[in-house]
Amino acid sequence: MARVAFRRLLSAIPVLLIVSLISFGLMRLIPGDPAAAIAGVSATPAQIEQLRRDLGLDQPIYMQLLDYYQGLARGDLGRSLLLGKGVFAATMERLPVTIGLSLYALVFTLLIGIASGIVAALRQNSWIDQAAMMFAMIGISVPNFFLGLLMIILFAVHLGWLPSGGYVAFSQDPAGWLASTTMPAFSLALLQAGLLARITRSSMLEVLRQDYIRTARAKGLPQRKVVLKHALSNALIPIVTVVGIIVSLLLSGAVVTEALFSLPGMGQLLTQAVLSRDYPMVQGGLLLVTTFLVLVNITVDTLYAVLDPRVRYE
Amino acid sequence: MNLLEVRGLTTAFMTGRGEVNAIEEVSFSLKEGEILGIVGESGSGKSVTALTVMGLLPQPPARVAAGEVVFNGQNLTRMSDRDMQRIRGPGISMIFQEPMTSLNPVFSIGDQIMETIAAHERLSQADLRKRAIDMLDKVGIPSASKRLDDYPHQMSGGQRQRVMIAMALACNPKLLIADEPTTALDVTIQAQILDLLMDLRDEFGMAIMIITHNMGVIAETADRVLVMYAGRVIEEAPVAQVFDRPLHPYTRGLLECVPSLTEDKPRLVAIPGTLPEPARRPPGCRFAPRCSHALPACSEAIPGLELLEPAHTVACFRAQELAPA
Ligand SMILES: Nc1ncnc2c1ncn2[C@@H]1O[C@H](COP(=O)(O)OP(=O)(O)O)[C@@H](O)[C@H]1O
Ligand code: SF4
Ligand SMILES: [Mg+2]
Repeated sequence: MARVAFRRLLSAIPVLLIVSLISFGLMRLIPGDPAAAIAGVSATPAQIEQLRRDLGLDQPIYMQLLDYYQGLARGDLGRSLLLGKGVFAATMERLPVTIGLSLYALVFTLLIGIASGIVAALRQNSWIDQAAMMFAMIGISVPNFFLGLLMIILFAVHLGWLPSGGYVAFSQDPAGWLASTTMPAFSLALLQAGLLARITRSSMLEVLRQDYIRTARAKGLPQRKVVLKHALSNALIPIVTVVGIIVSLLLSGAVVTEALFSLPGMGQLLTQAVLSRDYPMVQGGLLLVTTFLVLVNITVDTLYAVLDPRVRYE
Repeated sequence: MNLLEVRGLTTAFMTGRGEVNAIEEVSFSLKEGEILGIVGESGSGKSVTALTVMGLLPQPPARVAAGEVVFNGQNLTRMSDRDMQRIRGPGISMIFQEPMTSLNPVFSIGDQIMETIAAHERLSQADLRKRAIDMLDKVGIPSASKRLDDYPHQMSGGQRQRVMIAMALACNPKLLIADEPTTALDVTIQAQILDLLMDLRDEFGMAIMIITHNMGVIAETADRVLVMYAGRVIEEAPVAQVFDRPLHPYTRGLLECVPSLTEDKPRLVAIPGTLPEPARRPPGCRFAPRCSHALPACSEAIPGLELLEPAHTVACFRAQELAPA
């Protein structure tokens, strides 16, 4: 198992290198001058030129790239041009908001998706199955910003149960954090929950047909054991492989959801950084988000080995 | 009292083209410690019979349309699934044709044996482990205590079938149903597994219902044999008598193509034609289209089982006149 994790860690290095290179190149392909953007409309050409030199933007691209990688090698992501503080520090203020939202949404996704998938499979073709699959279809087809809006109107405006926006850090007030993130997390989760319900259902149906399920019944095990131990442990194997993908989708979905619920997360930070051509902030921010995703996927792959002894012993 | 009484059992399946009877009016009984062989071509209804007794067919599509299964004085066909769970294991247990897929790939074999015992008896973890090791020992898995934590994929087909047997016998059942336990195995392994089953029968004293399409296996193991064709029992007798004086034309055909247990040659096809699917069974005697003795009258009614000789019943209109002198 440790070997699996280690192998995945090694293979993450080229991924991170490629992502850093792409974000470096992309930013420089977008037209627009960061020096002009930062200096403001009233700045003279001379001031802008000065600023450009200060920021090192007068150097040839390959020098800038070299500079960037030298920084990375030292563990230095550079300073944000716009915010005037370190990229790492700026990210660490915002990333926890986004990760917290995404993981909370992941909890919703797993609970709703897996539970309804199991129930639907056990009652295949019954009205419960059909209702669950209809809700899954709705979850998949309704855009999550629309669902978010509906929830704001219902729970914030009409019922006044939850705030329509704003953010309270978990470390300050866990209950406040729950109040401020429950609607966003739920609206973010529903699409993935719908997908997961369908994947779980078909995975369970496949497993329930297997000979070893018949064996488990033939041994006189109670239904609960047959389903939750023998069937689910096998059905989870293909499900685990999509959890990594689900986390990526939740993270990118979080950007829109953050805007809707005015949560101060990575979405806001990166949108601002792109608009003002804040090269270091975009590059560094993307690299850190990618690193997080890579870690999630390594965890998932390791979990896969925990669940499936055939992988563990290969 | 018989350990198992199956009376007029008819199991139907709902299919795309309506309901069909996989087995019809199947009756037989088993005494304690007895070995009953059920033989017939693939598709003749052997597995459906066994699975109906175990209550393991998914309902729907399956349904017990008629008849009953009485085990140890209890009517299993009317039993709730919860009560049935208590019968499975210590009452009746079963091993299957497919050792490669019958064990759960994600749990160790020790776990799978121990959970079987734990489902029926209150034992400490240490005692469960001891019993599991003991069972693996009994089925001839070398260094059992080391293999307990192995996973199915680390074992060969023969070993997995031994594990299945260990699991099936772990709760000391009164009846073991073995559905083609050696069909998927190499010839040399087949003989070993059959020997093992016979040894364990002597040790545990359970009755065995052994299902096979192979008359050779019947000869090696069974006391009495039931021949099935197209969902019906067509002949029943003590093994020696069936080999000596088979009374049904189909049984005679089967005996002409007995494969050797020690040779891996494909079976000779001595009976022309193929077994009809449940939905395409001919009227009257199901065997008539393939029977060289068939008369027009054979297709008019289904022949019932009749006691022709002591302990020897057969379902053929012409059995008496065709019987060897
Ligand atoms: N789930 C099912 N649905 C419909 N028909 C079935 C099903 N299972 C078995 N049958 C039918 O029942 C008949 C007997 O099958 P089976 O008992 O498996 O035969 P055997 O074990 O003797 O080879 C076959 O003709 C098969 O088509
Ligand atoms: S009843 Fe007729 S068709 Fe059927 S086995 Fe006997 S002789 Fe053949
Ligand atoms: Mg079969």
